[in-house]
Amino acid sequence: METRIVDARGSFCPGPLMELITNMKMAQVGEVLELLSTDKGSAMDVPEWVKKVGHEIVESHQDAEGVWHILVRKMK
Amino acid sequence: MRIVVVGGGMGGTIFANNLARRVASELKSGKVGITMLSASDKHVYQPGWLYVALGRATPDELERDQESLLEPGIKFFVDPVTEFHLADRYVKTMGGKVHEYDLLVIATGSRPAPEDIPGMKENSINCYSAENALRFYERLDYFKGGRIVIAVGLPHKCPMIPLEVTFTLYDLLKERGLIDKTEFYYTYPIGRVHSLENVAKWAVGEFDRLGVKYETLFNIKEIDGLKGVVRSEEGSEIAYDLVVAVPPHRGQQVIEDNKLGQNGWIPTNRHTLHMEAEHGDRVIVLGDTTNLPISKAGSTTHFEAEVAAENVAAMIKIGRPVRSYDGKVFCFIEAGKDRATYAMFTYNQPPQPKAPNAPIHAFKMAYNKLYWATARGLL
Repeated sequence: METRIVDARGSFCPGPLMELITNMKMAQVGEVLELLSTDKGSAMDVPEWVKKVGHEIVESHQDAEGVWHILVRKMK
Repeated sequence: MRIVVVGGGMGGTIFANNLARRVASELKSGKVGITMLSASDKHVYQPGWLYVALGRATPDELERDQESLLEPGIKFFVDPVTEFHLADRYVKTMGGKVHEYDLLVIATGSRPAPEDIPGMKENSINCYSAENALRFYERLDYFKGGRIVIAVGLPHKCPMIPLEVTFTLYDLLKERGLIDKTEFYYTYPIGRVHSLENVAKWAVGEFDRLGVKYETLFNIKEIDGLKGVVRSEEGSEIAYDLVVAVPPHRGQQVIEDNKLGQNGWIPTNRHTLHMEAEHGDRVIVLGDTTNLPISKAGSTTHFEAEVAAENVAAMIKIGRPVRSYDGKVFCFIEAGKDRATYAMFTYNQPPQPKAPNAPIHAFKMAYNKLYWATARGLL
């Protein structure tokens, strides 16, 4: 299954986490979504939500340009 | 150049009018043709529905005949598009007409989809259509106190509504002498009470001052009308007496039917506003219809439409575009007690909202009337 890119760079409203949640609703169970975010808060608030709702963080890193790449697998 | 605009809402209308004035002589000579296809002969100022829900406006005040708003030379048909044939550059309408184009502009907007959340349609009120806003106001007649839960679905149009409806409804119930018998319980999908961090900080202070309870990381899963509870994806449950919903939204069905974008959201380049797909170089997408990570709001489509119209006029006149959309959004925020503030931001510039005040509220009320100049592409 191809990774679904959620490009939320430069998003203040609705913001990266809301973009991720919106796309998560459109994804299939088992699908991996890669969130691109320039909001430093995403490294904290995305894992917090993912844990609470029961999905899975696959990987999280910041690239040389400062963009966060957070890969999340939809679990339910 | 044959330009076909699909949608007679804010984006399509501002684009068509702005472009028509820029290319008035080409339009007159027949070098350029602009055709608008819409599902309705009315143009509706949707931000006004909040005021209808509170008894401060009536639906007729928010409507104009679409044709009366359009510049001379724009051909207008109430005949919605049912088929998009991007490879062959034509659209087909419900009436069976074929419209060929050199440039297609898709601005079909979004629609509330409460049916996506079990129980939401039957067990809640919202202000996302004239009919629903009237039902909202009528329902308040029967509300004599209890817990009001504000429940927010994603994605939704007008991201300020969850806060605005809370503060303005609080004022209305206070006026009616019901506030001591009422508990507001505000929920929000992420870890703070609004997507904009500064707005969230201010709103929490207001909530604490007013006694509004709140729960974050709450994504509505269902409204159980039999048990009178709202449940979240995260596993919590809240009993309610009245649910004020911000329904999740979808793009229009015709976009989904033609496989232009999942849930009706069309992949769009964030700067050029062209569709990101095969043959997308001949297609511009505006407003709620895009999949861009910015607010689904009238101001977004307003600023996008201005950029797009200027670029299309430049393409006609000098053969190349002249502007790039920078993600500009400007949203008023009604803060209750006849005060308001605003948030303005771009892809690179975060918002710095000021403390709410009465003059900004007065300006918002004035803009509700001035909007018709915006629709004409003048303001």
